Amino acid sequence: MTLPEPAASTLLKPIQSVGIVGYGAYVPRYRIPAKEIARVWSGKTAALPIKEKAVPGLDEDVVTMSIEAARNALRRAGIDPSELRAVWVGSESHPYAVKPTSTLVAEAIGAVPNTQAADWEFACKAGTEALVAAMGLVGSGMGRYAMAIGMDTAQGRPGDALEYTAGAGGAAYIIGPAEESLAIIQASYSYVTDTPDFWRRPEARYPEHGMRFTGEPAYFKHITEAARRLMEATGTTAKDYRWAVFHQPNTKFPQRVAAQLGFSMEQIEPGLLVPVIGNTYAGAALIGLTAVLDIARPGDRILVVSFGSGAGSDAFDILVTEALLERRDRAPKTRDYIARRIEIDYATYVRYRGKLQMK
Amino acid sequence: MEIPRHWRLRKQRYSLVGEVCPHCQVRIFPPRDVCPSCGKEARELYTFSGRGEVYSYTTIYEAPSGFEQQVPYTVALIRLEEGPMVTAQLTDVSPEEVQIGMPVEMVTRKLRTDGDERGLILYGYKFRPRLQQA
Repeated sequence: MTLPEPAASTLLKPIQSVGIVGYGAYVPRYRIPAKEIARVWSGKTAALPIKEKAVPGLDEDVVTMSIEAARNALRRAGIDPSELRAVWVGSESHPYAVKPTSTLVAEAIGAVPNTQAADWEFACKAGTEALVAAMGLVGSGMGRYAMAIGMDTAQGRPGDALEYTAGAGGAAYIIGPAEESLAIIQASYSYVTDTPDFWRRPEARYPEHGMRFTGEPAYFKHITEAARRLMEATGTTAKDYRWAVFHQPNTKFPQRVAAQLGFSMEQIEPGLLVPVIGNTYAGAALIGLTAVLDIARPGDRILVVSFGSGAGSDAFDILVTEALLERRDRAPKTRDYIARRIEIDYATYVRYRGKLQMK
Repeated sequence: MEIPRHWRLRKQRYSLVGEVCPHCQVRIFPPRDVCPSCGKEARELYTFSGRGEVYSYTTIYEAPSGFEQQVPYTVALIRLEEGPMVTAQLTDVSPEEVQIGMPVEMVTRKLRTDGDERGLILYGYKFRPRLQQA
């Protein structure tokens, strides 16, 4: 079924041109290899979905990880945090059920009190959702700068297929006027439907998923529709983009969706982090983009498409500017975080993730 | 429950906000409104860089209440770049890696929860070995 409207009118594009003024990533240092999880639960070592995933330490959560990514973004942007008019955090692992992550992050980075603060929720696309909203806030002139964060310490039931990939990490972005940007967001497009592929009820500790239903009608449908409609509306094809980042729940899905859309493995390689940090949920597409920005050159065009279960995708057409070159070395690169790797066994992982019933 | 105290201390705990003395320029942490160096009033806020080095340290195996589940962990005296000495937990480091003089940087982490799992989560400064930038 196709929508009747002309595609151009469906783009989400602000009146004033906006872009990324600063960006910052965070990945915790602990790693559990997929084969270690398989050792405990299945004994199978073939066809594991990733190599290993990042695990947060005992003293880490979405608040602390967001604070570090936000500080990195502020270093790159070189702006005063009091100039932020929004601090928005997208996650499905906010530490509190009631009490915002965003006010804590805003307080810690010095953005309070003259700012919007809110927590966003939409499975794995909560971060890009905040990013689109930040484009709107800045693009309408309501504020000069807005921060959007996607960060997760994802949950997977012990022994479930998701336990192999549910990782930890994410990224923070500061959106500002295009003329100050290290990468201009030329357009965005959002595609959503009610699709029951993955959910968690309020009282449940771990999410449920629709097994094979998470593939074709959910991930592939939404990402390809979002990407195709954005490319159609902007008059571009895969060849116009130097790089592409797709939501990455495992290694295979983003590779397959890239091929379906006409992108090469070389185009997605720098932003494909899931094999070494796992699926960082609300952080996944956004941290993939940080790794691309770490190596991109002025003039490079980047396609980013997130996916969140429930379901929806946000797609972005991004153009790198000269400003990237002098700003990107002001904070640690995403690969620096990935490189500080401490391998842990399943028992330590169980302790760090609080999976032991203590009373 | 000590909600008012945690709330009052949030700026210094989350982001090392201290003071600078307008008379003798000494940087003060924790903030105390009176300069420990010249004795005059000092209320101007100053955010520390977070960089420093380990002056001394010890590893805790028998933790005080609220910290039991974190053992073993290392507590250090950190000489901040701007002068003051602070006591803080080290993180992202195993006890045998810690050395006197080790360069460290501040990160904001979970300190503990106030009471049981129903209580507030308390966040504050810790220090870790400085991240190597490629």
